[in-house]
Order: sequence, then structure tokens, then C-alpha cells
Amino acid sequence: MLRVQDIHTYYRDSYILQGVTLELKPGQVVALLGRNGVGKTTLARSIVGLTPAKRGNILFKDADITHMPAHRIARMGIGLVPQGRRVFRSLTVKEHLQVTARGHGRWTFDRIVELFPNLHARLRSLAGKLSGGEQQMLAAGRALVGNPALLVMDEPTEGLAPLMVRELGRVIESLKHAGTSILLIEQQLAFALRYADIVFIMSKGRIVHQCTPAELVADADTKARYLGV
Amino acid sequence: MSALVVSDVSRNFGGVQALSNVSFEVAPGERRLIIGPNGAGKTTLFNLLSGVLAVSDGKVMLFDRDITNLPPYERAHMGLARTFQITNLFPRLSVLENVLLALQAADKSAFSMLARMRANRPLFHNAESLLQEWDLAAIAGRAARDISYGEQRQVDLILAMAMRPKVLLLDEPTAGLSAAEVVRVVGMVRSLPKDMTILMIEHDMDVAFALADRITVLHQGRLIAEGEVAAIRNDPHVSAIYLGAD
Repeated sequence: MLRVQDIHTYYRDSYILQGVTLELKPGQVVALLGRNGVGKTTLARSIVGLTPAKRGNILFKDADITHMPAHRIARMGIGLVPQGRRVFRSLTVKEHLQVTARGHGRWTFDRIVELFPNLHARLRSLAGKLSGGEQQMLAAGRALVGNPALLVMDEPTEGLAPLMVRELGRVIESLKHAGTSILLIEQQLAFALRYADIVFIMSKGRIVHQCTPAELVADADTKARYLGV
Repeated sequence: MSALVVSDVSRNFGGVQALSNVSFEVAPGERRLIIGPNGAGKTTLFNLLSGVLAVSDGKVMLFDRDITNLPPYERAHMGLARTFQITNLFPRLSVLENVLLALQAADKSAFSMLARMRANRPLFHNAESLLQEWDLAAIAGRAARDISYGEQRQVDLILAMAMRPKVLLLDEPTAGLSAAEVVRVVGMVRSLPKDMTILMIEHDMDVAFALADRITVLHQGRLIAEGEVAAIRNDPHVSAIYLGAD
């Protein structure tokens, strides 16, 4: 589904991704873990075309998307739930879910508002007027109605109340069963480990460790070294 | 005397009733946790307390003084500080400069422009030692927009603490932080002076239960429960609307 091959990405003068390689298969959930500042969000941005890699290649369904503009990558079927929500403040909830709707997949407008009752109650509200957690739901809904083949989620649980975190977990399971691949960047370790098939750990711009969730749980050394727990 | 008294406070946005007749009191030095489902009105409550938003109805008292109609900066001078759900640093200024500005704001007599502030040695030393104290000296010279999100949240917290507030409002202080950073921030909050009153919105229940004395629960703009941590934790209604069943 996705193949990231030795990419190097700069952000202004900073050399952030220093040779990252990873692969995602259809229906696979890959958790990307690591401390803040190691390059996880930059990797997400390189994949979706917002901060393209300077060197290396990114292949999506065998097409080279490394230098493709972000809107074309989105149309090819990669969705993003960005860190910090990034909703369009001047669009209503309903408009968000309409302008990004794409394809005839399972994730329709109706399904999203059923899934997130908060959004249903506030369809005509401007996104900028929603609470932080509601904006997070909207960011997830906006990505889902695009019916992506690959969903990149950058800290999707941030700001969600415990009950909604569970709901999001059910969404991830359902996506997985439908064959959607997910790259899950997450600070809530328990959440990430519950849904991931495989775990990649980043440190200083590189992937430094790869294992299964069960292996990570048992590996106190790696947890202490790269995650500080 | 209570640190904070909220009496019958309401706020509506157009037709949406964000808060309805909310009343509660917080004792000096208390650590009060505010929880509730997304959209319950938690951040709106903080906006009313800090003065960013005006109440539609009701009254807010800070140490027996009616602050309902005071602007945010006057509340800040009276000792009320807050952090934000999304950080509000000056993106192009360095971390050190952001801290300098906060220290300067806390010290009314030192009002000056940034260029002259750099010459103010005590202020400068103060800012540097604050960053050192919280182990952030390494990023002091970097622009706020270029440090990681987790670092921004920590700097935000340091700025609020630099004001030496009597009442501190923390809006999801650990959201988006790595496990290691969560531990650090919990330590930071724990080490604050015991007489500092803290109100905190937090969804990480391990953090919340570790720090809080009492809990107030909001749901659809109303205060539906208040009590000791253990009582709220075992309240079936709170579980149903917020925590979820295990």
C-alpha cells in the first residue's frame, strides 16, 4: 500500500528526517511512536505532500508520490487527521463533511454524524466555534468522508474525552476490517498498542526500532530508552 | 474566604446555551479538576473565568472581589493565570524571549520594549534559571514555532507559572505530550506552591486523579456532580456519560 524508502526531509534549516524507511500493507495498522520532536509529524507531512522529502521515495499503490502536490495525493486516497485539528474555522460542520466527501465508500455524511452525535447537534455551527474535542471529531470525520485507502492519523485522541476515545478505537477497528491502512501517530501508548499490528519507534529523525505491540509491552529497555516510560 | 466563587453563571452563543446556571466554590490551595464530555462547556467556563468571554448572566468572585466585569489583564494582575488547550506562544520569538515577556508582564514596574528587556539583567537571569529549572535551557534560543509541540506545551506552562499566579487555570496540560513529558508536567504541577489554587481540565484520568482534590463534572453546560475524587470516580452517572464502562 505504502512504501517509504530512505526519505530525508528538511523543515526550513532543520534536517528532520534523516533516512526513514517503512512499509504499510493493506488493512494494516502501524503505530508510529517516539518522543516529541523526533520527526513523527514531519513524516506524516512528507507522506501527504505538505512537506515533501528532499531525497528518497514514497510509493503509494506503486505510484511515486514523493513530489506530488498535496491535493493530488489526497485524491489518490490518502487521508490525514492532522495534529492540532486544523479545521477550517469559517466553514460549518456540514460544509466540512461535504467538501471533503469523496468516492462511494462506507463513510458517508450520515454515518459520520451518527458516529459523532456532537457533530450532528452542531451541523450549522462554524468549526471555529466548536470545542476542542469537537474539532478533533470533525477532523476525523473530514478525513473519513474522503474514504481514504490510507489514513494518516496524527494524535487523533488528543483532547477527546475517554468515552470518545473508545469510539475512535471502534472506528479504527472497523477501518482495519474494511482493508484501510492506518498510520497511527499517538502519544497514548495503551491506545496505540491496542489497535496496532506493528510498531515503529522513531528517534532523532530515524526509525530505530520495529516490533509487535506485545514485544514492546515486554521490552522495558526499549520503552525506557525511546519513550521514557 | 474562597479563592474563587462562581455564582449562577450562564453563557450563550447565539442560540446555543454553552453554560447554564453553573455555581461552585474553590478553596485557596485546592486542586480542582473539571471534567465532562466534549462540548460540555469546560473551556467556555475557563474563558469566562479569565475574562476572555463575558458572562451572559451570573457572577464571578476572586478572593472576595467581584471580577465579573473586569478585563482579562486586570484579572491577570490580580493573580489569575491560564494555559490554553492550544498553545499561544509568540511563534517568531525565541523561547527565552517568550519567557522574558511573561516575566515582564508579571512585574508591572519593568514595562519596556523587548530590546531594552535584554539589558535588564535580573529579568534575564530569572528567565534563564526558570528554563534551566525545567530542563528546557537547551531550546532557549530557538523560535517558539520551531520547537516540538510537546515542548511548546511545557513552555506555555512555564509562562503561566512565571506570573506567580494565585489561581492557575490549566486547560488540558498533558494533551499531546509523550508519556515521558506527561510525567514531567505532572511533576511540575505537583511542585507548585501548596497555596496556589489550581483548576484543571484534563482527560487523562491517571493524571487527573493523581493531582486533584475535588472534581466538578459538567454535562451539556450544566454542573451535574461535584465531590471528592473517589466519589466521582465511582459515580455511575459520571461513568455513563464520560468515563465509559470498562
